[in-house]
Amino acid sequence: MEALRPYEPKSRIAKWFEARLPVVGLVHSSFVAYPTPRNLNYWWTLGGILAFMLAVMIATGVVLAMHYVPDAGLAFNSVDSIMRDVNYGWLVRYIHSNGASMFFVAVYIHMFRGLYYGSYKSPREVLWILGVLLYLLMVTTAFLGYVLPWGQMSFWAATVITNLFSALPVVGEAITTWLWGGFAVEGPTLTRFFSLHYLLPFMIVGVVLLHIWALHVPGNNNPLGIKIKGRQDVVPFHPHYTSKDLFGLAVFMILTAWFVFYVPNYLVHPDNYIPANPLVTPTHIVPEWYFLPFYAVLRAIPSKLGGVIAFGGAIVVLFFIPWLDRSKVRSAKFRPLYRQFFWILVAVCIGLGYLGSQVAEGGYLIASRILTAYYFAHFLIIMPLVSWVEKPKPLPASISEPVLDEGKQAGAGQGKS
Amino acid sequence: MTETDTADQDRRDFIFVATAAVGAIGTALVAWPFIDQMNPDATSLALATTEVDISAIEPGMSVTVKWRGKPVFIRNRTDLEIEEARAVPLADLKDPVARNNNLPEDSPATDVNRASTDIERLLVMVGVCTHLGCVPLGESGDFGGWFCPCHGSHYDTAGRVRKGPAPKNLTIPIMSSRSPTVIQIG
Repeated sequence: MEALRPYEPKSRIAKWFEARLPVVGLVHSSFVAYPTPRNLNYWWTLGGILAFMLAVMIATGVVLAMHYVPDAGLAFNSVDSIMRDVNYGWLVRYIHSNGASMFFVAVYIHMFRGLYYGSYKSPREVLWILGVLLYLLMVTTAFLGYVLPWGQMSFWAATVITNLFSALPVVGEAITTWLWGGFAVEGPTLTRFFSLHYLLPFMIVGVVLLHIWALHVPGNNNPLGIKIKGRQDVVPFHPHYTSKDLFGLAVFMILTAWFVFYVPNYLVHPDNYIPANPLVTPTHIVPEWYFLPFYAVLRAIPSKLGGVIAFGGAIVVLFFIPWLDRSKVRSAKFRPLYRQFFWILVAVCIGLGYLGSQVAEGGYLIASRILTAYYFAHFLIIMPLVSWVEKPKPLPASISEPVLDEGKQAGAGQGKS
Repeated sequence: MTETDTADQDRRDFIFVATAAVGAIGTALVAWPFIDQMNPDATSLALATTEVDISAIEPGMSVTVKWRGKPVFIRNRTDLEIEEARAVPLADLKDPVARNNNLPEDSPATDVNRASTDIERLLVMVGVCTHLGCVPLGESGDFGGWFCPCHGSHYDTAGRVRKGPAPKNLTIPIMSSRSPTVIQIG
């Protein structure tokens, strides 16, 4: 097919430039002629959506930084003036604040997609690890950004999260003082958080480039989880997946726009419209929705250090998934047992999210403990065990076979991967 | 010939190790100012003490003052509260250490060791929950002392943790009497 051919500069200027910096050829081979499995479904459009959201967050963030003042005495009012006085300031800020939530919606779907279709398995382990690293960077950036409006929720989120480090034996106190630049969360804390909140997105951009690089070495996984066997299994990225990604993005943007224009404050807490007060903690503090499952894990453990270890461990365990799942079959489509446990995990994560938003007492606390134990058991016990006892269904011979044989008898292939 | 080669190799190894060592030490030396700049600056350190007039605090009243950016609770306790705090056996405490910066580190968490040195009625504590740093609410919780709304730690009338995830009793800051009615914190 014409479209899979490498880039060949036609004009003299293009040839001159390509001989000196072959960047057009690189873009062409990565996003135009790039051979992509022909059976990717809409769950595969989240990667493009995430890249777009990152660009949106950086663009709106740069604009906000032109009007925001990172000073403990001025920050709250400068955000208010962005909302009231700056031309379209309300729009840019609402895109940025709701964009953060939508960014997490996309990343969670993207991560569960990877878990369902076994996208972390050989030879994509590094791709997965870079992904978890990106998630960690996103979490940090989102937390730092949440502090900047300097409302009550901002202030107390900063206090509680930085105090997690105080649980560390011996060095804990010194680390929190160092993070704060004082003896409590104060002006210096805000200023450095602003600096780091501006820095980290560009580090995310760097790791995203590595993530795409690590994706393009083995190529995309696909819903069947089997290797590309030949020319008939692939289509060029453009126009097939540029248009599919664009459609997915359009649908995603409709949802984002609904939040921005109709319920811009639905996901935030009213307490954050009260200026930070270091002498009074709001009676019910909860993190943003995207941190709630981890918050439930933190509160489930009845010891300070233990809670902090579980909290960190809930993310760190993700790094080891490529080696915890021993099954050679990637896609859960052919793994009847794993598929059931996958959906239980999804339910457990949503359940932990709900419990994180409730008070940590009585039945809620007991439920948090059970679900926390299950969360870790899923990765550390169930994953290795299931891959050992499960008998996977036979795999199709190739990606194109089920498509081309549609209507005929499908699934007669050999169990190869 | 072979001998010269080996000698050369050894000298190159030495130069390589020496260069790497100087580079590593140099990097560490340059890194330190970039790390230490984040520690509290001279302005933060200068605000290390606060003086409070306690003459207007009647029994049963509490005052919150700011010291080093943190709230400090000053409570003139009622007789009942002191009685309750005294009656607690040390074995019932989650944290048996006084956490009083005016006393030796291993002092037991008796009520006398928790209260201010000159006046047992007066309880002066850093109002920061030892779990994750929220400000506990006064005269609440299961033990009639303080309750932290963030993660549910309960403190008794001497500010000792009795229930919940907090690992330590509320900290008693360094303090001294400036006059019969004025105390200095820090």
